[in-house]
Amino acid sequence: MSDLSLTIPRGNSEGLRRDGALERLKLFGLSSPALLMVLVILVIPVGWLFYVSFIGANGQFSLENYERMMKRKSYYRIFVTTFQVSLLTTGLCILIGYPLAYFMSQLPKRLANLALITVLVPFWTSLLVRTYAWLVLLQKQGLVNQWAMSLGLWDEPIKMVHNMTGTLIGMVHIMLPFLILPVYNAMKAIDHDYLKAASNLGASPRRAFWTVFFPLSLPGLLAGSLMVFVLCLGFFVTPAVLGGGKVIMVSMKIVSNIELFVNWGAASALGVVLLMLTTAILWLASRFVTLGKMTGGGH
Amino acid sequence: MTEGLPNALPITVRNVTKTYGSVHALNDVSLDVKSGEFLTLLGPSGSGKTTLLMVLAGFTRPDNGSLKFGEDEVIRKPPHLRDVGMVFQNYALFPHMTVAGNVGYPLRLRKVGKAEIAERVERALETVQLGGYGTRRISQLSGGQKQRVAVARAIVFEPRILLMDEPLSALDKKLRDQMQIELRSLHETLGMTTVYVTHDQREALTMSDRIAVVNHGKIMQLATPQQLYDVPANRFVADFIGDSTFLPVTRQGDQILYAGTPLNHAGKVAAAGKLVLMVRPERVRLGANNPSEVANTFNATVTNVVYQGDSYLMYTRLPDGSQLSLRGGIRGDIVADLPAVGDAVTLSLDAADTVLIEDEDV
Repeated sequence: MSDLSLTIPRGNSEGLRRDGALERLKLFGLSSPALLMVLVILVIPVGWLFYVSFIGANGQFSLENYERMMKRKSYYRIFVTTFQVSLLTTGLCILIGYPLAYFMSQLPKRLANLALITVLVPFWTSLLVRTYAWLVLLQKQGLVNQWAMSLGLWDEPIKMVHNMTGTLIGMVHIMLPFLILPVYNAMKAIDHDYLKAASNLGASPRRAFWTVFFPLSLPGLLAGSLMVFVLCLGFFVTPAVLGGGKVIMVSMKIVSNIELFVNWGAASALGVVLLMLTTAILWLASRFVTLGKMTGGGH
Repeated sequence: MTEGLPNALPITVRNVTKTYGSVHALNDVSLDVKSGEFLTLLGPSGSGKTTLLMVLAGFTRPDNGSLKFGEDEVIRKPPHLRDVGMVFQNYALFPHMTVAGNVGYPLRLRKVGKAEIAERVERALETVQLGGYGTRRISQLSGGQKQRVAVARAIVFEPRILLMDEPLSALDKKLRDQMQIELRSLHETLGMTTVYVTHDQREALTMSDRIAVVNHGKIMQLATPQQLYDVPANRFVADFIGDSTFLPVTRQGDQILYAGTPLNHAGKVAAAGKLVLMVRPERVRLGANNPSEVANTFNATVTNVVYQGDSYLMYTRLPDGSQLSLRGGIRGDIVADLPAVGDAVTLSLDAADTVLIEDEDV
């Protein structure tokens, strides 16, 4: 500090630089709990998962867990089912969610907020509660069958749970908000003047929708679909409860590998493959969509 | 746009009314826009000028009235069948299309062949001095370039009516001045009937054949820029366009008196009703030495002198307490020779510049 007088012509550059460095350090300090958490609950367990998946029954390094997956038909079927359920759920969510989001985006502000809350309320309700609620509604003596029969829609109770139908109904219901929110956000961001301009230039309402509104909402739709699809790939509770053992997805096989066969290696290998597939899909998608949009965030 | 083809249509607005709740956005508006004319709707925000433009475009459904493009009644026609070009305030260029995609959009809707679209798009872009910009993305353009693309898109399908909603309001002043001249000369080249909305009186004066001053959903005056400035129909118009100060006057038989002295004035004056003397600061002369024979003189005290670069503005107080301001050009040492605050000065006003207007509350 004694040579402060000598550095006066250069202003306070030394001190200012130190202030800047200190500020960056403090900022890093603030994020360190989160970084620590990521390390503890993500990096370490996933690393362990990788390690375990390469350990055979005899405790030595082995590829048997992966070989089993390649050879056994049952594993192949599980992966097919997983993709089938995920794709169907995503497709149904788009069919139901896109028009709903469009409807909401056209509502006046107060009604739109109300609609948004009704979309979000189930979102805030326990997953398990909602899944068992569907079980109650859809079973043979459930409300849906009783009402439909008393109204004369069908005579015999229809089997709507413990199969693919039940699984899809439950999953679509649970996944719908994940699709609606990003789509709704994308639609709200579309300036009404674009549609006015299209109309002024000669586009009928239908043409204006398909040439202007739909393309502009597409990033939101892609982001929402991706979110739903990826979440479906690893879903457990709903297919387990509503599928009644007839719809077996990867996550359920992982559970049975551990609980029934106590085979951590096999379970880990499945987990690794699922993780790889999800990462690959996200990586592929990131080339078309800004992943930040999946959470309904900005552009 | 071959010569001889009618490329412009007159617009006839009759008794158009639009209310929002108890507010009259448009109050029984009638207006004739001549074929090929550049007409500006000028007014403060909330005056109804934009509502009127939106009625012309078909985006606002009025409660009542008639609207004709040429001979066709279009008041109930949806916007996409009206065939009018429009430049939006925020340009409304489609962000998911290129420049050529945007400009070609109206042609694709009209099922024009691919080769012809390419040719007409390029021609429209050249018209707005953006030749070769077709492959650019909208996000790559500057504000001024977006503005030009918006104009190109609005004229490419050769509409006979062009609407513009404050198209220059987002540009900085230099560019705005330049675009005013460009849009005006574009209008002269293409010849389509143009209705232009702005709240900027200077822009309106610069560009228009005629200006309709709008306030409270009514047209206060429809006139050429010069008429509007020199002989405003009422106090609102005089106040809204240009700077002006108002002095109270009284009637005595045929004479109009200010502070007991009869005024020399040139224009006609309404036979009845309250009047007010409108004075434009730049028409006031300093000193009694007036080359014009017929003039009015005022004795005043200087209250403030403001240097504004291209001119000076002098505020004075008249004996009855009224304010009168004077604007003068700056040449040589004139600023040094100006009277100081507190000095007594004589001001004069030519009879031709002594404008008496109706002092109605509007």
